[in-house]
Amino acid sequence: MPVEIPVEKWPGRVLEATIGATAAEGGTRSRVVKVGGENTLPFMLTDGEMPNPPRIAMEVLDRYPEDWSPLLLEAWGDAARDPAQWAKAAEDAGADLVLLQLSLTRDGGKPTTAADARAITRAVLQATGLPIMVFGPGQVDADNELLVAVAEEAAGERIVLGICEEKNYRTIVAAALASGHLVNGRTAMDVNLAKQLNILIADMGMPLDRIIMDPTTAGLGYGIEYGYSVMERLRLAALQGDKMTQLPMLVTPGFEAWRQKESKVGEGVPASWGDWRERAILWETLTATNLLLAGANVLVLRHPETVRRVRAFIERMMAK
Amino acid sequence: MALTGLQIYKLLPQTNCKECGYPTCLAFAMKLAAKQAELSACPYVSEEAKAQLDAAAAPPIRLVTVQGPGHKVSVGNETVIFRHEKTFYNPPGLFVRVKDTTPITDIQKAVQEAMGYSVVYVGMILHLDGVAVEAASGNPDTFAAAVKAAREATDRPLILIASDPAVMKAGLAAADDTRPLLYAATAENWQEMAALAKGAGVPLAVRADSLDGLAELTEKVGGAGVQDIVLDPGVRDPAGTLVTLTHLRRLALKKNFRPLGFPVITFPGEGAADAIEEAQLAAEHIAKYAGFIVLDRFSPAMAYALLAWRVNIYTNPQEPIKVQPGIYEINNPKPDSPVMITTNFSITYFSVANEVDGSGLPGWLLVADAEGMSVLTAWAAGKFDAEKIAKTVKTTGIEERIAHRKLIIPGAVAVLMGEVEEELPGWQILVGPREAVDLPGYLKLWSVN
Repeated sequence: MPVEIPVEKWPGRVLEATIGATAAEGGTRSRVVKVGGENTLPFMLTDGEMPNPPRIAMEVLDRYPEDWSPLLLEAWGDAARDPAQWAKAAEDAGADLVLLQLSLTRDGGKPTTAADARAITRAVLQATGLPIMVFGPGQVDADNELLVAVAEEAAGERIVLGICEEKNYRTIVAAALASGHLVNGRTAMDVNLAKQLNILIADMGMPLDRIIMDPTTAGLGYGIEYGYSVMERLRLAALQGDKMTQLPMLVTPGFEAWRQKESKVGEGVPASWGDWRERAILWETLTATNLLLAGANVLVLRHPETVRRVRAFIERMMAK
Repeated sequence: MALTGLQIYKLLPQTNCKECGYPTCLAFAMKLAAKQAELSACPYVSEEAKAQLDAAAAPPIRLVTVQGPGHKVSVGNETVIFRHEKTFYNPPGLFVRVKDTTPITDIQKAVQEAMGYSVVYVGMILHLDGVAVEAASGNPDTFAAAVKAAREATDRPLILIASDPAVMKAGLAAADDTRPLLYAATAENWQEMAALAKGAGVPLAVRADSLDGLAELTEKVGGAGVQDIVLDPGVRDPAGTLVTLTHLRRLALKKNFRPLGFPVITFPGEGAADAIEEAQLAAEHIAKYAGFIVLDRFSPAMAYALLAWRVNIYTNPQEPIKVQPGIYEINNPKPDSPVMITTNFSITYFSVANEVDGSGLPGWLLVADAEGMSVLTAWAAGKFDAEKIAKTVKTTGIEERIAHRKLIIPGAVAVLMGEVEEELPGWQILVGPREAVDLPGYLKLWSVN
């Protein structure tokens, strides 16, 4: 009995954003990373095309992350004590992108200065050939001071600056515009809030193909279904032709999975949770895998083993 | 698609003979549309009209039930492609496979371990759903012995996997009075398999490597009298599975294509090299349209992650899981114990309550009615502001039960501190940690003075 395959063609397409610049483009990256560009639901390659696979970014902190799970500290070893070494290690672990996360203070409690941020960014750019993203500490004054300096220091490198939020995006967007960078905007698990922030950023003159949106997610078992459905709705809107949703999506399953007790700690948990290491890797891997199915274009991860797992899954999903 | 009364009327004899008990055919049609009458009450309805009416009344994806002595699993009856469109209704059954080439005592052990597993998640007790026994031996007696062992080791439903109808028959006999799923009828064996399924009144899976072949088989076994059918489109890799299962869901819901309007069975282990990869594929199948998932590996960590994900995806998006607002006493709090406040989103509540409970320290946990949203989401939506926090403190009566006036608010809403102090004169507002996991450390340092 012949069955007619129900193909769905969409009028809209996600914009393609290019992160990083090689020497030919005025930067120093060994390659650029393109994200987005699809005109189909995630991995539905019988309906349309995904010119770029989802990409993996690894989080690198500018100071030793003492509050991270011992499993992560063990995986990174001494590399986690130096952002440049860490960035190199992330590249070796298979990352497509490095996300440099700046802290409010240095070891010893002194505030991170603009000069510190410049030096750290420079060191990371020299240590890795991957395109980078730099996120501020998340406090308005510090973000503005540090990210303006970072934008100047990395001029020409086409980095992603973040995190733009509705309460604070103008300075970050202006800095990115002045030095040819991209921005990442985050909103709290809501389709309309995401659209609204994209509009605000675009209204400042930022081309849409230089905006990445983070609709915010949650860890497996901790509300991931909210983020998952918001992402599905955003992607459907994009494919249906809503311009202000046609931006690549970045989410942070690493952060979300590793802050949960399931991943973070090995003691004082129910026996039914099983082996700690297995559970922790599963938690981050499944959080990331599930978000791929909802349309994630950039996944920010933390554990090298997860990167290997998620990359292998992406490769299988993209295989023709 | 349900028909209207007028559409049904057109299919009736329109003679107003009254033998159905209603004065006119139109009145009878209206009752049928309202599901208050049975079509069998009409002695003159044509076979063709009957078939059309039956088909129209059937759900686009048939509900299929398997049953053991103590538990049953029903899958199918889904009505949407994306959970936000309404909700997903019947979570896929998670089964664990054992093979009859394994020694009987090991089968019993494996079944008891997997079926005895349970985990508490946001107050719910979660477990796997059943066991799939495979006739890897090809021998009827060996298979029957393995099915019997599994049947005795659990009261959950079984899936019987055999390609030889004679072997299947032996296994089916050993499954006693349960209602297993038979896997699978193929182009080669469908007649005998359909006869077995029909004879025992149990569901039958069909396997073909193309949708064309699959539709042909469902028509054949349907014609042989088997109504409860499960589909295996033969794909095992994650990309092909996503595409094929999406096509099946679309065909059933958007095209109302009856020959493929059945739940799907998947075998993630057959497309995976190890446990974590199998979990990734199973997670995909949970999100994207499987009805039965047969796992080849079991571990507590893997089961916990997949069970939590299944609850997440099948949670009704219109109704967040909430807990009752009010005062929750943890570890027998005294008048000088700390008072904390959080929202009534179940995951938020259980994260906080579990941490306080696990710390061994006493505490009063106030739960505000934030319409089932987490702290940050509720704050952003204006459902967990200073006014709501003050109202919760005042209406729960916590003031009569404690000897101090200190309230710990979540670190994520530290910005509310000043406003809450204004709303609650006489109270001192303390900012707690951002994450529940840091509460025990925080509470150790807490003192009433």
